[in-house]
This record gives sequence, C-alpha cells and structure tokens, in this order.
Amino acid sequence: MSQEVVSVRNLKKSFKGFQAVRDVSFTVNKNDVFGFLGPNGAGKSTSLRCMLSLIKEDSGEISLFGKPMNSNRIEVLSKIGSIIEKPDFYKYLSAFKNLELLSRISGSSVSKSEINDILEFVGLKGREKHRFRTFSHGMKQRLGIAQALMHNPELIILDEPTTGLDPQGIVDIRNLILKLSQEQGKTVILSSHQLSEIEMIANRMVIINKGETLIEGSVSELLNTSQMVVRFQLDDVQRGMKLLKSDFQIEAALDALGQELELEIEKMRIADVAECFIKNGLRIYSIEQKRKLEDYFIKMIQEG
Amino acid sequence: MLLKNTINELIKIIAKPRSYIGFGALTLLIGVILLAMKADGKSFISFVTASFEQTLSFNGEILNGNLMAFIILQMLIIHVPLLVALVTGDLVSGEAAMGTLRMMATKPISRSAILGSKLLAGAIYTLLLTLWMAFMAYGVGQWMFGSGDLIVLNNDGLVIIPADDILWRYLYGFGLAYLALLAIASMSICFSVFSDNSIGPIVSTMSVIILFTIIGSLDVSSFNSIQPFLLTTHMSAWRSLFEMPVPVQEILNSIYILLAHIIGFTGIALWKFNKKDINT
Repeated sequence: MSQEVVSVRNLKKSFKGFQAVRDVSFTVNKNDVFGFLGPNGAGKSTSLRCMLSLIKEDSGEISLFGKPMNSNRIEVLSKIGSIIEKPDFYKYLSAFKNLELLSRISGSSVSKSEINDILEFVGLKGREKHRFRTFSHGMKQRLGIAQALMHNPELIILDEPTTGLDPQGIVDIRNLILKLSQEQGKTVILSSHQLSEIEMIANRMVIINKGETLIEGSVSELLNTSQMVVRFQLDDVQRGMKLLKSDFQIEAALDALGQELELEIEKMRIADVAECFIKNGLRIYSIEQKRKLEDYFIKMIQEG
Repeated sequence: MLLKNTINELIKIIAKPRSYIGFGALTLLIGVILLAMKADGKSFISFVTASFEQTLSFNGEILNGNLMAFIILQMLIIHVPLLVALVTGDLVSGEAAMGTLRMMATKPISRSAILGSKLLAGAIYTLLLTLWMAFMAYGVGQWMFGSGDLIVLNNDGLVIIPADDILWRYLYGFGLAYLALLAIASMSICFSVFSDNSIGPIVSTMSVIILFTIIGSLDVSSFNSIQPFLLTTHMSAWRSLFEMPVPVQEILNSIYILLAHIIGFTGIALWKFNKKDINT
C-alpha cells in the first residue's frame, strides 16, 4: 500500500466574504509527482498556502507525513521545500547570501559547499555572487528551486514553476522535476493551469475549479480513456444528427454557430460514424477529436 | 533558531542602504550644530545668559562639550524616532511587500521566533544609533569644545553641575534615551505587523509621536489625566538626570511606563503576527 504523504480533507477558506476554497480534498502518496490542476483563480495557491500554514483555513483537515499540520508545524515544514506563487528573495543580496540566510532557518545544517552544489545543480554556477535584482525570471525560478531543495526535503511543493519561462526554461524545469522524482525519490506536488504540463510529468492529479475538487486519480486512467469528444464539420448537420440517432443511438449537439456536430463516442467507433456519413452522401470537411477530460478542462478554462 | 534568525536579520539590516540614512543624518545634523556653535556659539550663549549677568558672574567656558551634548540631545530626541522607525517600521511590512516573509514563513521556524528575531535586531540597531548619537554629541563635542561645568536652565531655575559630576549623568541619560527609542522601535514593529507596505508603519509611528507630543503640550484639563501615560511625555525623562537633586522616583516612573509600552507593543505584535494570514 502506498504511503500517504499529504492528506487534505474538505478544506475551506474565505477572505472577507469571498469563498476562495469551498471544498478541496486530495491525497498525495510517497514518490508521486502529483499534478494540482485548475484554471487561474480556482483556489490552487490558497489551498497550498493553507497546507504550508501561511494562511489559516476556516475548516477542514490537513495532514502531512501522517501528522496534523497545525499541531506539528515545525516538524512538518522541516521535511518540505516549496515555492509558492513566485520565488522572492532579498534583492540587495547575492544568490549565495540569500541561500545562506534561508539555510540557517531550514532546520538542518547546510554547509557552504552544499549551497554551491545546489546552485550548480539548478544551473546557477558562476552567478552565485550576483545580486538577486540582476537575475532574469528563469534564474529567479532556478534559485527558488535551489532554496526549496537545499535542506534535502522529502516533499517539494512547486506552485506554477514554469509561469513566465521561455520554452527552453520550461523544458529545463520539467527535466529537473523528473530528475528529482526518478533519481532522488522525492514526492512532488506541482500546481499548474496547463493540462499538457501535468500530463507530461505527473503520475497522479487532482483537478479543482471554483474552490472545489472535481476529480482525482491517476493521470493515465483519467486521460487515456477511450471516451472521446468528437466534432464533425458537415455540409448538412441536420441529416448528420438524424443518422447518428437512427444508426448509432447517439444524441449529438450542435455547436454555437450550428455548423458542427459534437458528440461523445468511443475512439473505436469514430471511423464507423465517418463511413456512415460518407455512405449517406454527406461531405465531411473536418473531424476534430479530444479526450473527454481534456475537452472538459479546456471548456472550464474558457468559461473562466 | 531565534539567535540564528537574529543574525539573519542583522545581515539584512547591514545590507540595506536605508539603514545608513540614520547614521548619515545624525552625523550631518550634529556636525552642523557643532560647527555652527563653534563659529558663532559665544554670541548665542551671551544672548541666553544676558538676563543673569546682572546678578551672576560667569567664570570659565560655559560653551563646552557638556553643554553641547545637552543641547544636541534636547534638540534631537524628538527627531531621532523617525530615523529609528525608518528601519524598524520596515522589518515586517517590508518583507511582506517584497514576498520574502512568505519564503521565511514556509521554513521550520515559529512565527514567534521570526518576530522575536526582528525585535532583537531592531533593538540592536536602535542601540547602535543611540551610541552613534552619544559619540557624536558627547565624544566629538568634548573634542571640539573641551570639558567644563554644565549650566542648565530648568523649571526650578539655573542648575550648575560640576564637570566631574557629569559623565555618569550622560551615561544614564543616553540609557534613558535608548529606552525611549526602544519603545518607538517596538511601536513601529507592531504597526509593521499590521501592514503589508513599508510606508504605512513609518508614517503611522511619526503621526502617533506628533499627536502625543501635541496632546502632551496642551494645557487642557481633559488631557491632564492621560498625559502622564503618554510615551512622548517620558521621552524627555533623561533631562531629570540634570537636576539637583536627581528625582529618582520620577525617573523610575518613566522607566516603568516606557517598559510597559515596550511590553504592550511587543505583546500585540506577537499576538497579531501569530495569527496573520500571509497573502503577499
């Protein structure tokens, strides 16, 4: 049985009448790369802030490493490395000095050579004496990851770590997370609003929206389902709808412009539907298919 | 952890340019006063002592280092709080604005230790600023003007203190001034906990000092009952050390009230900081 590292149950948090988190629950197991997915404003950062005791939840239970967070805060935080929202450091200090300062309160002794090693690990060797204010966004993210890893934590929480990075920076951070998980056996919680990013590196995930958990499970099970959402662009959508109902017992929907048919169907049957349309003299201009969850997530983001 | 983070806080204070504004301003202000008195102090002194010269004859150098330290301390004790608040008012709110408070609060250190280390660092900074003021006012004053008997005009009349009876009074005097500035520092740190920007706590601290000073100086019966408890009333407690005899009970009373302010502001700051949501 997997060892539970994080357990969040029925988390609620409001700010001056605004309910930022309504009901968030999820579980992270040891060695998971756990995707914490949701559109902007879904309540991801607020949930993570509650987990790290930066803000006090209104109600709900947060346990980390099998212990309630609120009564074991210092012990629990000594096993966590995190970046919440964006890495902020003292602008007037060098990268090395910033890490040295944070290492003193990290709960374990970190030598100067270990700080240099971690700076090398995140690709900041040679920039350790440069002041933080001179760093690019990508370098700031790397330094943020360095401070999160410095005390060799068991759990790493990264809140949208690729935001604002260039394509190469995104690949570098992604590889770094995979390296931490695969080579060092770390448990990683990765918050993101991009499904593709989570799909590439996470093994489990939760999707939240408007402060509520929508679905939680294994990434492969949730995404690699055979159920698809397919859109057909036809010369006669009304006839297409009738054919779907009579031959396949499928109720299709029209898109907003009335030019496309949208239906949920198993992947194996898409070719049969297309063959039926052609046999009945319909002209197919395009077929667009998406996995059901992916389609759902995109709609959720579009709705804001 | 408290000690380790206090070292961190001191490193941050040393690295911040604004920490040197206080030392620079004191050097400039005291330097200007000393140079001006060196150039034209004799006419200033004779103007002040003119009314006494018909009944008293002054021998020796009235304008000396002891008098200069007295004048400077009197002039600056109301203004130095701004220099203290400039640094201490920024200790929590500045970090909240910068986002670094969030980084600190995710480390395995208690909220009380975070704030405690900031209070300690603020107290050390205030001590250094007070020592610098003492060095500039007394040390440089003695070097430029030499020593001599101190003539002080207070409510009871003219007090003449022999030169060899003055040093201990200044030692205690700067100690009392430090206690008053420490109360200001704890007040500005307390305000800093309630704010997420740097300017608010500094402006609030100065506003309170100005307000309390006005209330303290107004001879209005409704204010009479609160005047003895105002922080600003006791910022001038050091002056009592230059009376003959020294009103010990009055000074002790000032010390208790200043300590009560320090404990009160620290308690409020700790209570608030421990339940503060860190949203920045």
